[in-house]
Amino acid sequence: MHDVPLGGDPPAGDDWIGAGEDVLPTAEALEWAVRPGCGAVVTFCGTVRDHAEGRHGVTHLDYEAYLEQVEPRLDAVARAARARWPELGRVVLLHRLGRLVVGQVSVVVVVSAPHRGEAFDAARFCIDAVKESVPIWKRETWAEGSDWGRCAHDVRDVDEVGPAATPASP
Amino acid sequence: MTVARLRLFGPIAELAGTRHDHVPGASVAEAVAAASERYGDAFARLAAHCRVWVNGEGADPTTPVGDDDEVALLPPVSGG
Repeated sequence: MHDVPLGGDPPAGDDWIGAGEDVLPTAEALEWAVRPGCGAVVTFCGTVRDHAEGRHGVTHLDYEAYLEQVEPRLDAVARAARARWPELGRVVLLHRLGRLVVGQVSVVVVVSAPHRGEAFDAARFCIDAVKESVPIWKRETWAEGSDWGRCAHDVRDVDEVGPAATPASP
Repeated sequence: MTVARLRLFGPIAELAGTRHDHVPGASVAEAVAAASERYGDAFARLAAHCRVWVNGEGADPTTPVGDDDEVALLPPVSGG
């Protein structure tokens, strides 16, 4: 559904971004992020949980997106991460769309860096920024009903994301 | 009269019963008002809590809207 490869070949550059309905290639993304100059690769996977606030027995989620704007916003997240941590090697930001059942991976962030400090910090920034600045919505279906996710917040510009726009100390 | 392309997502699309429409209006405020009149009170209440993007860029009520501009109403997001 999108021209960015999800299950296909990674891109030529050092950022791999995309959104679509295919299974996310988590293992391939981790392998792709390994670089000779990087001694740390941090992977974050968001998975579908069986409960949400006040909602027990969640069975599945349906994700929808403002698809034309997802890639530009993911790209902005990657650029912002690189501006804060210029030493980053590779950055992977992939979001799955459509229906996902409990345990399936909905989002993958992989960051490689020379050292673990900036790798962890940049990965944390990236997942927070993806959740806050990319136009994606989830509908939750649980034992007693179905409705849009409660943990929603106004979509922000990536420059507004995070506790402080400062990288970790070197 | 200026007619913009309206894009709706998530809960506000559900209230409208559609994800695509065309609305008259020379500004964001006018386009949102026209949509609210068309889709009713519940839509209008949620529209007040939506961010509006015009052609993918953040906009405010005074942002001008031209023919064929894309006005998107974004309810609070919940990706991840």
